[in-house]
Amino acid sequence: MSKKVLVLAETREGSLRNVSFEAIAAGKMIADGGEVISVLIGNGITDVANELVAYGADRVITVEDAKLEQYSSDGFSQALLAVIEQENPEGIVMGHTSLGKDLSPKLASRLNSGLVSDVTAIEADGDSPKFIRPIYSGKAFEKKVIKDGLTFITIRPNNIPALEKEEGRSGDVSSVSVDITDLRTIIKEVVRKATDGVDLSEAKVIVAGGRGVKSEEGFEPLKELADLLGGAVGASRGACDADYCDYSLQIGQTGKVVTPDLYIACGISGAIQHMAGMSNSKVIVAINKDPEANIFKVADYGIVGDLFDVVPLLIEEFKKVKVS
Amino acid sequence: MNIFVLMKRTFDTEEKISVSGGKIAEDGAEFIINPYDEYAIEEAIQLKDAHGGEVTVVSVGDEETEKQLRTALAMGADKAVLINIEDDVDMTDEFSIAKILSEYLKDKDADLIIGGNVAIDGGSGQVAPRVADYLNIPYVTTITSIKVDGEKVEIVRDVEGDSETIETSLPLLVTAQQGLNDPRYPSLPGIMKAKKKPLDEIELDDLDLEEDDVEPKTETVEIYLPPAKEAGRILEGEVDDQVKELVQLLRTEAKVV
Ligand SMILES: Cc1cc2nc3c(=O)[nH]c(=O)nc-3n(C[C@H](O)[C@H](O)[C@H](O)COP(=O)(O)OP(=O)(O)OC[C@H]3O[C@@H](n4cnc5c(N)ncnc54)[C@H](O)[C@@H]3O)c2cc1C
Ligand SMILES: Cc1cc2nc3c(=O)[nH]c(=O)nc-3n(C[C@H](O)[C@H](O)[C@H](O)COP(=O)(O)OP(=O)(O)OC[C@H]3O[C@@H](n4cnc5c(N)ncnc54)[C@H](O)[C@@H]3O)c2cc1C
Repeated sequence: MSKKVLVLAETREGSLRNVSFEAIAAGKMIADGGEVISVLIGNGITDVANELVAYGADRVITVEDAKLEQYSSDGFSQALLAVIEQENPEGIVMGHTSLGKDLSPKLASRLNSGLVSDVTAIEADGDSPKFIRPIYSGKAFEKKVIKDGLTFITIRPNNIPALEKEEGRSGDVSSVSVDITDLRTIIKEVVRKATDGVDLSEAKVIVAGGRGVKSEEGFEPLKELADLLGGAVGASRGACDADYCDYSLQIGQTGKVVTPDLYIACGISGAIQHMAGMSNSKVIVAINKDPEANIFKVADYGIVGDLFDVVPLLIEEFKKVKVS
Repeated sequence: MNIFVLMKRTFDTEEKISVSGGKIAEDGAEFIINPYDEYAIEEAIQLKDAHGGEVTVVSVGDEETEKQLRTALAMGADKAVLINIEDDVDMTDEFSIAKILSEYLKDKDADLIIGGNVAIDGGSGQVAPRVADYLNIPYVTTITSIKVDGEKVEIVRDVEGDSETIETSLPLLVTAQQGLNDPRYPSLPGIMKAKKKPLDEIELDDLDLEEDDVEPKTETVEIYLPPAKEAGRILEGEVDDQVKELVQLLRTEAKVV
């Protein structure tokens, strides 16, 4: 049975985050031939609407208001509820991002619906789609169904592939106007620490450092390697706590959950809280001088050795093969 | 301040996990206070020490949950409430748990409710914001600092590594992120005192709820472990050769670069 599905698009500094396109792909699986509508909430964001269509949205609805310039659970839920009232969707998809994690439970409560959070795969062959999500800090998986009513999920970034971009695909872009009132939480200041460049949760290659990196300068070779591979630098909590790098780089249960194609862990022991954030990476390389380190248990390839020897050699070797 | 903490008893995920009979095997497993709820308890105690009032820790669980509630009392909470659903409910989901907690909290005049941002076992992060919505109070998730001044509250929250300063007011619900504080260990006198502190046990009936009212909206149809990963390959030989081999493998075998 085909369903009409609303998909929340997310922007960062004016550009769409990749997870918005992945959510469209997830929306299509749930829609089963039904309409997939992207919802874009913010202020002065209409420019990117066509990109959502190119990635498969059948229509785009924008909600713009000065009060929606920054995210708030009150503002964004009012905006979405207005769209929901107009469209009566049977499904909703958003990213399991900071925003999605904050907003989705409130919306589910408003709509008196179930919600399956942090979905990494969808089985949509039968009547009611089954959603797969990691549990127990990534050590197990569960398959869930929504018994009845709205099919509402959040998806983990970088797991459900976006559809191929199709330039010139056309779709209607309309707007809904909402009177945003009574914002009970007000953002006074935002301190952006996240480095510019590749978004960690969406990077294809991550070079991560732990306490074994030993200093801020110790991260330089890791940065060089990441740049060379078009990737991003990440870190363990140990490295952040020791002030070798900023907390915005932290990967794990408390930090970002990442699923790159290649994760290179340098001087990271492999604590469960760290693994919860990276164990689903496609290929894991561990570089650690302790052959007993836990990280080797999840690594596809391991080098037992001093990262300060290995990483510079890796940089050289990658440069060589790039040239040839 | 009248402070409530939402506390979940969780499986210690640092332990080995196995599945038997379609469920995560619990025999011999270690259970702990969800680590993010430890931050919540600590913050509640600190706020009470600074502003006066009372800290009540609430958990939906079973008989076994008493142990973690006693630990919370030993840390310094004043009261504990166990909503024991063992005999009343077969299946639950995030909606069910949030509904039960909300029904309990709705007439308690809480100034501040503190939960964890996520449970390390279930991992949905849904329960606390659902409770806030049900009670129609504002909420702020993943907080790393909170300052209360009369009704006014200033919060710093972690947003994927960026930090946001937020102004809001009581009554309020917040969820704890790592970095909020360093939870204390219960002291020996704390443990002694905890034995005499009130730990009430109530059931669905005491909240005027029937099993139907909390019927889950989602259902788990299967639980499984990830396919055992083939043992990784630890490279051997001189470092230079290992590095060459690694790059080769990443290009030709794994095909990721
Ligand atoms: C509630 C909670 C949440 C947490 N959340 C997170 C989280 O989100 N992310 C996270 O990462 N952690 C988290 N932690 C912390 C986690 O438990 C570990 O303490 C942390 O991951 C350890 O970091 P590390 O591996 O860098 O340090 P260590 O465990 O100290 O490991 C350092 C490693 O470097 C190796 N090494 C040293 N020198 C070299 C060298 N020259 N060359 C090669 N190898 C070397 C050592 O052999 C060692 O294995 C959390 C903890 C708690 C309690
Ligand atoms: C007694 C019991 C029986 C259960 N039976 C089933 C079952 O039959 N089938 C099934 O699929 N699942 C069952 N569960 C799991 C339950 O459905 C989930 O724990 C629930 O949905 C919460 O989701 P979560 O773990 O993702 O928590 P999250 O939403 O990630 O938790 C976030 C925060 O919410 C608060 N919180 C969460 N749970 C509780 C709680 N129980 N009490 C107080 N505060 C809480 C804490 O502050 C926590 O840090 C059971 C749980 C309990 C406690």
